Amino acid sequence: MVNLLMATPDPTVVEHVDRNAESTPTPQPAPSWTFQVKNLSVWYGEKRVIDDMTLDVASNAVTAIIGPSGCGKSTFLRCLNRMHELVPKTRVEGTVLLQGDDLYSSTVDPAIVRRRVGMVFQKSNPFPTMSIGENVVIGLRLNGVRNQKFLNERLEKSLRMAALWDEVKDDLHKPGTSLSGGQQQRLCIARALAVEPEVLLMDEPCSALDPIATAKIEELIHELKADYTIVTVTHNMQQAGRVSDYTAFVYLGRLIEFGPTTKIFTNPSQRQTEDYITGRFG
Amino acid sequence: MHLQRADNHIWRKAKSGLASTVAFLSALLVIAPLGLVFFHLLENGASSVNWDFFTKLPTPVGVAGGGMVNAIVGSLKLLALAAAIGIPVGVLGGVYLAEYGSAQVNSLLRFVADVLNGVPSITWGVVVYGLVVLRFKGFSAYAGGLALGLIMIPLIIRTTEEVILLVPNGYREAALALGVSRWKTIVHVVMKTASKGIITGILLALARVGGETAPLLFTAFGNRFWNHNLAEPIAALPLQIFTYAISPYDDWHRQAWAGALVLVTGIFCVNVLVRILTRGRTASVV
Repeated sequence: MVNLLMATPDPTVVEHVDRNAESTPTPQPAPSWTFQVKNLSVWYGEKRVIDDMTLDVASNAVTAIIGPSGCGKSTFLRCLNRMHELVPKTRVEGTVLLQGDDLYSSTVDPAIVRRRVGMVFQKSNPFPTMSIGENVVIGLRLNGVRNQKFLNERLEKSLRMAALWDEVKDDLHKPGTSLSGGQQQRLCIARALAVEPEVLLMDEPCSALDPIATAKIEELIHELKADYTIVTVTHNMQQAGRVSDYTAFVYLGRLIEFGPTTKIFTNPSQRQTEDYITGRFG
Repeated sequence: MHLQRADNHIWRKAKSGLASTVAFLSALLVIAPLGLVFFHLLENGASSVNWDFFTKLPTPVGVAGGGMVNAIVGSLKLLALAAAIGIPVGVLGGVYLAEYGSAQVNSLLRFVADVLNGVPSITWGVVVYGLVVLRFKGFSAYAGGLALGLIMIPLIIRTTEEVILLVPNGYREAALALGVSRWKTIVHVVMKTASKGIITGILLALARVGGETAPLLFTAFGNRFWNHNLAEPIAALPLQIFTYAISPYDDWHRQAWAGALVLVTGIFCVNVLVRILTRGRTASVV
């Protein structure tokens, strides 16, 4: 796990990484699991939104979180890069290990966590004041990368990975908001990839897109899993069936069932899962 | 049958007509003073606005000609000093209110800012007179700039806060999710997105204090010659207008009219600039 960002000459970054490594007494061997979530509970104020969830997220695979609205699947996703902390009065219990590093250890800087765990949101949100090119490299730039040659290389690489390069290579100076909805979402994926995270979290990335744009993103997810671990939240069960290797069914903040997608969809062991998948509720 | 006119149809029509007439007259009453003031200024001042007015110093009493160049430059200097105090404190205060702080502290700060916005401007002059002029034993451009800057702070705080709150949360989340620190997110994403609104607020605050006279009476004091030392009294356009307008000389009255015309035109131009800046607002979110 050599993250290029951490190799940039930013002493605070290096220091944090070292400290993390030291603070883990027994480094977890065999990182075939990217995340190991144990007994995770989350409260918003007095309200418990995640109740004792335990699951492991496999590396270089797509894990889909499905469940009805308000069941806590987005909150769970945000706990994987500490984005839920933006909501005041949240409290987390339990542990989340990223490649063996405890995300919630007191010495961990949430900004470093988010550099390792990127995120794509439901509504595409390219920065309106920036061009397409600036949008892609802004994460690197604000994290202190100045080398223009490096930025240009990363710009092209990220846009190619997001399957957007051929469509925008002559328009890099145009505003990011001038693109179509599907292109904007792929721009956001390129922006997340540019900082070279290990994981990509996707919070209903296609729910605002038309079927053609959705198909493109799904294809992209399929290609990206060669290099990244992907966790995606979706309302769309067909989508979960198409793109994911593992599926977690969450209901009322509890993990009801978790396993290979083919098993969850063809032979679920829980009655609730079957009812949800067959459309009897939710 | 139900389509027949009600018995009181005419009376209802009359009431409706009366209400729209009163509303129209009220609207006219709002707009009329602007037109009246501007035409009156043009009528009395336009003839005295000439090249000399912008390039010459005031002449002694009884000597014809002269201008207000020292007051125009003095006003610009005072505005620069006020901006140096009001813009950083106001913008950072607005950012704090919108992005940091607890709900209770912020509602208190917001209340204080609103009260300060309502404080009569002469009060600021008296405060600065007590704090600066008495202590350093003299009127000065610094004191005048401070008084104007203090008036700008609550104005800018409130407008900055409002436009920053208009920036959709999705942009903050997007930047934070890239591992960008909170402060860099605020400066490079949030404030950049809201920059037009922030600049508009600053320009409106400058236009507001540019015409202030009362706070300068106790602080900048005014003079009739060139002054390049900011620790000395300095002339300002509103002060000069005040002095000339209450003088007994016709010549000075004409100059006061000309000064008022120039001042109003300048403030008018700033407002037009604000309109131009805010025109693209819908296009770029804020």
